[in-house]
Amino acid sequence: MHTALIQLINVVAILLFVVFGAALLTWVERRLLGIWQDRYGPNRVGPLGSLQIVADMIKLLMKQDWVPPFADRLVFIVAPAIAMFVVVAAFAVIPMAPGIGVIDLNIGLLFFLAMTSLGVYAVMFGAYASDNKYALLGGLRAAAQMVSYEVFMGLSLMGVVMLAGSFNLRELVLAQADGWFIVPQFVGFMIFFVAGIAESHRTPFDLPEAEHELTAGFHTEYSGMKFAMFFLGEYVSVLMTAAMITVLFLGGWLGPAWLPPLFWFLLKTTLLVLSMILIRGALPRPRYDQLMAFGWKVMLPLALINLLATGALKLM
Amino acid sequence: MLQRVLHISYLIWDYLYSNLLTLWTVASHTFSKADTVEYPDQMPYLAPRFRGRIVLTRDPSGEERCVACNLCASACPTDCIALQKTEDETGRWSAEYFRINFSRCVFCGLCEEACPTYAIQLTQDFELAEYQRQNLVYEKHHLLIDGPGKHPDYSFYELSGKAVSGRAKGAGKLEAPPVDVKSLLP
Repeated sequence: MHTALIQLINVVAILLFVVFGAALLTWVERRLLGIWQDRYGPNRVGPLGSLQIVADMIKLLMKQDWVPPFADRLVFIVAPAIAMFVVVAAFAVIPMAPGIGVIDLNIGLLFFLAMTSLGVYAVMFGAYASDNKYALLGGLRAAAQMVSYEVFMGLSLMGVVMLAGSFNLRELVLAQADGWFIVPQFVGFMIFFVAGIAESHRTPFDLPEAEHELTAGFHTEYSGMKFAMFFLGEYVSVLMTAAMITVLFLGGWLGPAWLPPLFWFLLKTTLLVLSMILIRGALPRPRYDQLMAFGWKVMLPLALINLLATGALKLM
Repeated sequence: MLQRVLHISYLIWDYLYSNLLTLWTVASHTFSKADTVEYPDQMPYLAPRFRGRIVLTRDPSGEERCVACNLCASACPTDCIALQKTEDETGRWSAEYFRINFSRCVFCGLCEEACPTYAIQLTQDFELAEYQRQNLVYEKHHLLIDGPGKHPDYSFYELSGKAVSGRAKGAGKLEAPPVDVKSLLP
């Protein structure tokens, strides 16, 4: 009974943390992009503008819940739900600290990969159901991008799995007690970082939305809370990618003992999120064929070489 | 083969370097000052010749400068000025009504340039927002100000040579008495 209660508190707290963290991230990102572009960003609502998310939420909730008459109604409504569901589900396996984490699966890493792969369905369903040519092109690009990065995303993690000998994320963290995997698996870290950015559809890999070319890409027809679900899903995905890199390469909650483990986990995750925002603020978007070529001709061979070298070193 | 490998490694380094340089350049802006002028809290700098809300000025003696010559209205590219001339008992011309529709005005300043009496002038005030469009139509009593504006000493009737009641032709400040063409004296 007691453990069940603790677990329930765990689940609710992490869910709230994820959703509010993602909402807060929209403000953090806008402020940071503002600072890097020599302006202020939203600084009016609340202290330093931090209540901007409340204002945005009120605005989005007040909007008409509009489904275009030409859309495929059921799929149109289900798509944003999938977008939100898969990232939150993938977040469930992430161990934040000893005793903090929703679920401890012994194939946690595979579950994570499976859930993130499902994420593309949200984009494709949303694009297909919108019956809009911009959305269609966005969905097309999302699919092409997915087949390009999903392959090397999985392969880049296998080196870590090989070193730790486990798919369980808690054991992966504990295996890094002697040294973080970023050192022996630096190539894997780089590849996974790139794949993670592509996974969360962020600049420079935001081809499915590509505001400049495709209006808003796959969510052109979405508005109100359904749009917010896509948006929030994207930010949860950013948090999730950062948390996953922390767990797999940066030693998760491990750190000097004078601060609680959760703090170290959150610190590493925050730094990774900030670097992802910096990348968004700095790098331009490649062309769609360039992205495919980059994925298949550079990243996939690199991931394979990394895997081969790790295996050879492990055998020796 | 070796050349190819070298070339590819060079390309990878080149792309990596240029991207890292970009990231560093953007990150270094963390410590640079924002260019934003937070307008309602902080007034932006306005150039001395900024062209804002139009006013009608008075001459140093406090009389209206406008002589209702209609030059501003004919110079106006958007036809936003409407006025009607009237004449008082002293023979002095003025505007019976003078109306500027600021919802059409483009603040080009051509009226100010056309005005022979420095009556119509553009000021630095740009905060003209209204909730109702009709409120953007300014009548003469909205436009008239108490002072002389940009030309504090200028008085048209003192310099123009026109006779008005109380002052004959040639009695103005810079004027010589009119030549008597019938006297034949040099």
